[in-house]
Amino acid sequence: MIRFERVTKRFPDGTEALKDVSVVFPTHKLTVVIGPSGCGKTTLMRMVNKLETPTEGDISIDEESITGLEEVKLRRSIGYVIQRIGLFPHMTIEDNVSLVPRLLEWDKEKTAARVEELLKLVGLEPEVYKKRYPLELSGGQQQRVGVVRALAGDPNIILMDEPFSALDPISREQLQDDLRTLQQEIQKTIVFVTHDMDEALKIADMVVVMRDGKIEQAGSPQELINEPANDFVRSFIGLDRINRQRTFGERKLEEFLSVFGMEPAGEALRISGGTTIDEAFSKLESSGYSNLEIVDDGRVLAYASDRDLVKAALRKEEVEKV
Amino acid sequence: MRNFFDTLVSRQDMIQDAFLEHIYLSFVAVAIGIAIALPTGIIIARYRRYAEPVIGVTAIFQTIPSLALFGFLVPILGIGSPTALIALIIYALLPILRNTYTGITGVDGSTIEAGRGMGMTRTQILRQIELPLALPFIMAGIRTATVLTVGIATLATFVGAGGLGDIIYRGLQSYNNALVLAGALPVALLAIGFDLILKWIEKRATPKGLKN
Repeated sequence: MIRFERVTKRFPDGTEALKDVSVVFPTHKLTVVIGPSGCGKTTLMRMVNKLETPTEGDISIDEESITGLEEVKLRRSIGYVIQRIGLFPHMTIEDNVSLVPRLLEWDKEKTAARVEELLKLVGLEPEVYKKRYPLELSGGQQQRVGVVRALAGDPNIILMDEPFSALDPISREQLQDDLRTLQQEIQKTIVFVTHDMDEALKIADMVVVMRDGKIEQAGSPQELINEPANDFVRSFIGLDRINRQRTFGERKLEEFLSVFGMEPAGEALRISGGTTIDEAFSKLESSGYSNLEIVDDGRVLAYASDRDLVKAALRKEEVEKV
Repeated sequence: MRNFFDTLVSRQDMIQDAFLEHIYLSFVAVAIGIAIALPTGIIIARYRRYAEPVIGVTAIFQTIPSLALFGFLVPILGIGSPTALIALIIYALLPILRNTYTGITGVDGSTIEAGRGMGMTRTQILRQIELPLALPFIMAGIRTATVLTVGIATLATFVGAGGLGDIIYRGLQSYNNALVLAGALPVALLAIGFDLILKWIEKRATPKGLKN
């Protein structure tokens, strides 16, 4: 578990990259940190392995503050995957992957076995790729090597800084799938920085949304979609995505007011506008009514018959307001 | 032409001595030049605010005409090989220093960042990442310095340090064109020879993964 406690980062030029941030990255989970560029997400991640140090506040790993830990030692115990060309072009794939084990002075057999194991893990045949150089590999293959290189020293924590952003869409999706599968196998605490919401929703156990050095919301992808904390989070996730991720039954009655009328069509069941369609249906069924009176704070918003609900289901794509 | 070959044969011993002297002067000057410029280049690549002034000073040295520099040094150091060597070293500095600096500062920042993030120390980054990736540049600098030095070493004769310049000078004074040629030709061959050898080394020094 990585805990940030009231962390502020001020750069010498006075800009505040992080403002009083407190957050916990749970153990064995893949947490995605997302936000527009300049929101401080990369700075946040780089603090975990002391590439940046906090101006105020404290960071601890498994309840031990990292302030007193030696930088080099700490970094060797944390995997690090960097955007684009993190591989060393003058070293073979084998030398790249074995870098941290060599820094940790593992013995030769153990290191060699580890390299073979890791390359196989991401589907690169060791006999074919071990002696090749990074530039002889495709972008997707290179980043696969980048990922396993971070695993080489068997760290508990892995930091990934927009690792797939430079790849073409097909390799990117492939690598996202692979990362998910891999994570199920290796169960590491992963901090993954990206600006791509689709990527975040796809791979994350937990998403941390940031803006201007602050955390706007932290929660599971489902929580973000169902209960965006504010307008920024909602617009950052995007309406399309929210709608795509939710079934009709998960949406709320108040989203469909434009479909419903203001005239009561008979005796109606009083229900709050925040009720989901699914709930509304089950309540209708158990109550014996066939009409709904949709209210908000006692004020009537609209009336809906079961026929209106069918209309809403048919027009759900057109209804824009969330 | 026959005259030239006759001269080569009759002055064989003298030419041979001058040739070896010339190699000695060039070689020692470049070796000491490397010993000074390479570490300096590494240091200014790390402390970049000193880079401009340090490179600037060596660039100023470079602009002094070679004959004038030899002239300056004689009153201070007297005549003889040390004087010639010092002048030659001064000329060798700039290409090596500048290329070392450019080579190291040109290494992709994200590569170094990756090394740092994985827990490499500064020395490990220098030795395992920066120097191997800068090596082609450094070798190119050494090559330039060597060819330059072989050429300028002909002027060593004016401070009594010998070398093939002796032969050329003697030929000029006695209006003996064959003798001038007997001195100039080996200088040219020496420069081309050194250049080819260093080119080969430069190629070998280029990290394998970068060759395409």
